[in-house]
Amino acid sequence: MSPLWLDIGPASQIEPGSARTLPVLGGEEIAVFRTARGEVYALVNKCPHKQGPLSQGIVHGDSVTCPLHNYRISLRTGEALGDDQGCTPTIPLKLEAGRIFLLREAVLGRQAA
Amino acid sequence: MNAPANFAMSKSACEKLVVIGNGMAGCRAVEEIIARDPARYAVTIFGAEPRVNYNRIMLSPVLAGEKSFDDIVINSAEWYAANGIELIAGDPVIHIDRDLRQVVARSGRIESYDRLLIATGSDPFVIPVPGKDLPGVVTFRDLDDVDKMLAAAERGGSAVVIGGGLLGLEAAHGLSLRGMQVTVIHLMPTLMERQLDEAAGWLLKTELERRGQAILTEADTEAIVEKDGHVAGVRLKDGREIPADLVVMAVGIRPNTALAKAAGLECERGVMVDDHLVTSDPAVLAVGECVQHRGQCYGLVAPLWEMCRALADRLTDAALDDSGGYEGSVTSTKLKVSGIEVFSAGDFSGGDDTEDIVMRDAARGVYKRVVLRDDKLIGTVLYGDTADGSWYFDLLKKGEDVSDIRDALIFGQAYASGGALADPNSAVAALSDEAEICGCNGVSKGKVIATIRGGADSLAAVRSQCKASASCGSCTGLVESLLTLTLGDDVQRGATTLCGCTSYTHEDVRRVILERELKAIPEVMQQLHWSTPDGCASCRPALNYYLLCAWPGEYVDDQKSRFVNERMHANIQKDGTYSVVPRMWGGLTNPRELRAIADVVEKFNAPMVKVTGGQRLDIFGIKKEDLPAVWADLNAAGMVSGHAYGKSLRTVKTCVGNEWCRFGTQDSTGLGVKIEQMTWGSWMPHKFKIAVSGCPRNCAEATIKDFGVVCVDSGYELHVGGNGGIKVRVTDLLCKVETEEQALEHCAAFIQLYREEAHYLERTAPWIERVGLDHVKAELFDDPDAVRRLAARFRYSQQFMQDDPWAKRAAGERPDLHSHIGEVRPLSLETI
Ligand code: SRM
Ligand SMILES: Cc1cc2nc3c(=O)[nH]c(=O)nc-3n(C[C@H](O)[C@H](O)[C@H](O)COP(=O)(O)OP(=O)(O)OC[C@H]3O[C@@H](n4cnc5c(N)ncnc54)[C@H](O)[C@@H]3O)c2cc1C
Ligand code: SF4
Ligand code: FES
Repeated sequence: MSPLWLDIGPASQIEPGSARTLPVLGGEEIAVFRTARGEVYALVNKCPHKQGPLSQGIVHGDSVTCPLHNYRISLRTGEALGDDQGCTPTIPLKLEAGRIFLLREAVLGRQAA
Repeated sequence: MNAPANFAMSKSACEKLVVIGNGMAGCRAVEEIIARDPARYAVTIFGAEPRVNYNRIMLSPVLAGEKSFDDIVINSAEWYAANGIELIAGDPVIHIDRDLRQVVARSGRIESYDRLLIATGSDPFVIPVPGKDLPGVVTFRDLDDVDKMLAAAERGGSAVVIGGGLLGLEAAHGLSLRGMQVTVIHLMPTLMERQLDEAAGWLLKTELERRGQAILTEADTEAIVEKDGHVAGVRLKDGREIPADLVVMAVGIRPNTALAKAAGLECERGVMVDDHLVTSDPAVLAVGECVQHRGQCYGLVAPLWEMCRALADRLTDAALDDSGGYEGSVTSTKLKVSGIEVFSAGDFSGGDDTEDIVMRDAARGVYKRVVLRDDKLIGTVLYGDTADGSWYFDLLKKGEDVSDIRDALIFGQAYASGGALADPNSAVAALSDEAEICGCNGVSKGKVIATIRGGADSLAAVRSQCKASASCGSCTGLVESLLTLTLGDDVQRGATTLCGCTSYTHEDVRRVILERELKAIPEVMQQLHWSTPDGCASCRPALNYYLLCAWPGEYVDDQKSRFVNERMHANIQKDGTYSVVPRMWGGLTNPRELRAIADVVEKFNAPMVKVTGGQRLDIFGIKKEDLPAVWADLNAAGMVSGHAYGKSLRTVKTCVGNEWCRFGTQDSTGLGVKIEQMTWGSWMPHKFKIAVSGCPRNCAEATIKDFGVVCVDSGYELHVGGNGGIKVRVTDLLCKVETEEQALEHCAAFIQLYREEAHYLERTAPWIERVGLDHVKAELFDDPDAVRRLAARFRYSQQFMQDDPWAKRAAGERPDLHSHIGEVRPLSLETI
């Protein structure tokens, strides 16, 4: 297994259509989403609007609606949808044998310098 | 007869109505008659113009090239045929024989009548100067005049318009848009002197000159100059001569009374009519610009419409002889020249007994003046900003006392009335571009308008594109006004569907869920052709609730479709932490509960604890991971969730009641506790608040709650539909009952009706406003068994709801909602 990738455990620990969180010591918390169709995405757990915790929003299709003021954020690109502006950084991810791997560099790259 | 055969038969027996004049008033009168009694008359209309009825006031846009004749037709040939009306166009009536009850047309055609209606309008006044009959001199009254002007404009050159009134200025505007060099000659010192005061007239003149027209005021025409048998110019009394290829006479109109006079009908300036538009001959009526009523002749359409209604009432016996009839009109003027906003109404000649309020804004080119007499508005002139025109006109017509709003009057409705008066659109129009429309998202009026102009033609589009009204929604009315103001009728309204994912309304969805026994969200989406794979943040919670309400005990709540607060059973805060509000039944508490709360605050370092407006305590700043532990501690002291986060029962506020209070009539505290125990845990379309007051002093504020009980000596008054939030609404009295049991039963029944009928996210106040209190009462009381049945359904569903959600979480249910998936520590990375 490549040291490039961080194994964060089985996808089954996230209920389809919801998200869970992964705090990064000295860095920014990551939200890992699993859509109703089973796709998995990871984003920084911060809405581009006012830092709302995206992990707590309602997941629909491959987007999430922020719980604070209803921005819709694409889980694929991290970009605000519709006419909202802003983008949340995404974390590259792969699924192998039902387990989720995050690109280590991206996870740590978000650490406060 | 050349009326269509199908009508010829049925109408041959009925009375014969002949109308002279196929213009705006004549035709409208016939329309009004048909609307009241289509079979009453066989109608024949004579029109001097060789065409169907059209909207004369739109000749200005036709001249300006903004509209075509087809655009301004009011009634097409099909309309006449469909209504069995015989139109004799292009054949003017030249004689009325009242003894024989016949009219004679120029062609020799004779028609008999039972009733005759004269609606010959006005003739343009032509000043009697040499050269007035030259080719190239036209008036501005009908389509033929417009055609002549257009033909002249085609050849280019210059035009002189004699008359700086409404009509003359519209002609001048049209001709200059058609490329002619236009000079307006006006006898008086200021333009439109009958409709505008000096200041506004001057502003108007300056603006027209800026647009390239020459305006000569105090200019008296001496003669129209001829060259080669055609008009060549206009000579003024001061000797000046203005070259012209076209001269338009627009100096005024004269009621067209020639026929009536010749027939011996009483005429002064116009054909004399009474309040029922009857002339001196009871068989002959007259309407429109040709009449004189109570000493007045009118030159605008609004009064004619009122006349036509009174006339039709009379001719169809809809009104008895002694009923009101037409009482005369107050008129207002608006200039249609594009980009120039001018409005005036009433009397603004001033005088010793009147008082002026004037506001000028030179930078914006705005001039506003209102004239008061005895604290009543009697006239107004607006230039540059006419948004409040209709509001002033309304005040003027109603003769309302304006002393209370006098100081702010000139600033317009938005300021003067705080928006409380009838027309919200004009208030919104008066706001500046900087004015904040949506407080939640900080969106200004200018931004909303720019968004609408940029193509957002519905509330939904505005919400998504600039966020205005996308949050709390309290500014929805303002945004809708701006849509209307900006787009007029082009606003996309449509029946409100549940959300953008479906074309079904809330009612449709709820009905289909029951009819087809749909029991899961994906099933509903499938059956109702949802346009998105799994809905959105609006429809998912709504569907979850509708299913929960429809199938109590059966439907499995979908946590993913719950807004975060209901999923986490706590209120999310802006920093992502949560607040925790345990239930305090009826506002009562005890040392054990207080001690437990105090301990939690210390143990979890809660930064704040606060007494809420709902008579309980709120602990702030709890992390999602700590919630189960907090709840465990609170549960241990006997406390359950207060559902301060839910679309559900919130609080039951009480007052001390007869146990302590010297005025108390019943045990309001005890009843409040019983009600809360019956209703807590219930999911609703929106949050639901209850209060019980021990007497009409109403210390628990029961009359602004969704359900309020006011105890009285003889029992309990039950109030419903109150709201203390964004838009305060006082409750309606539902009924009065005698016992606590009845109060509880009615409470349960009312809640169940609300649960089963309201739209998701609709509180009881807007629900009742939408369906009406009568409907609610009918549902509850028409069938004597309805209250019992509804209450039974409520109690049944409560069996499955009254499980403390906190206890389950504290006991370990759904740990994934509260715990992290893991934690990344840079130091231990190598080992992963
Ligand atoms: C805590 C409290 C304020 C306080 O410190 O007293 C409060 C706090 C909030 N109110 Fe409230 N309201 C509180 C009593 C009220 C009252 C007074 C009352 O109930 O007697 C009202 C007016 C009465 C009414 O509802 O008719 C009130 C009218 C609102 C409204 C406007 C509702 C409306 O229909 O217009 C909202 C917005 C909404 O619900 O969409 C709101 C929304 C909120 C929210 C949930 C805002 C949000 O979405 O985050 C606040 C959550 C704070 C939190 O995290 O705890 N709150 N709120 C009160 C909690 C009462 C309780 O014990 O449960
Ligand atoms: C260019 C223009 C712009 C205007 N703009 C406005 C405006 O913005 N707002 C406003 O309120 N008003 C406006 N007016 C005034 C408005 O058009 C008139 O008030 C209205 O048309 C009067 O209606 P009426 O039926 O009395 O007369 P008309 O509409 O003139 O109809 C009378 C008809 O009777 C016909 N007729 C006359 N004698 C005979 C006869 N012997 N036999 C048969 N037919 C006959 C005429 O040919 C004419 O068609 C405008 C008028 C014009 C000309
Ligand atoms: S009034 Fe209510 S919604 Fe507004 S800030 Fe206070 S608690 Fe929040
Ligand atoms: S913080 Fe996410 S929408 Fe405001």
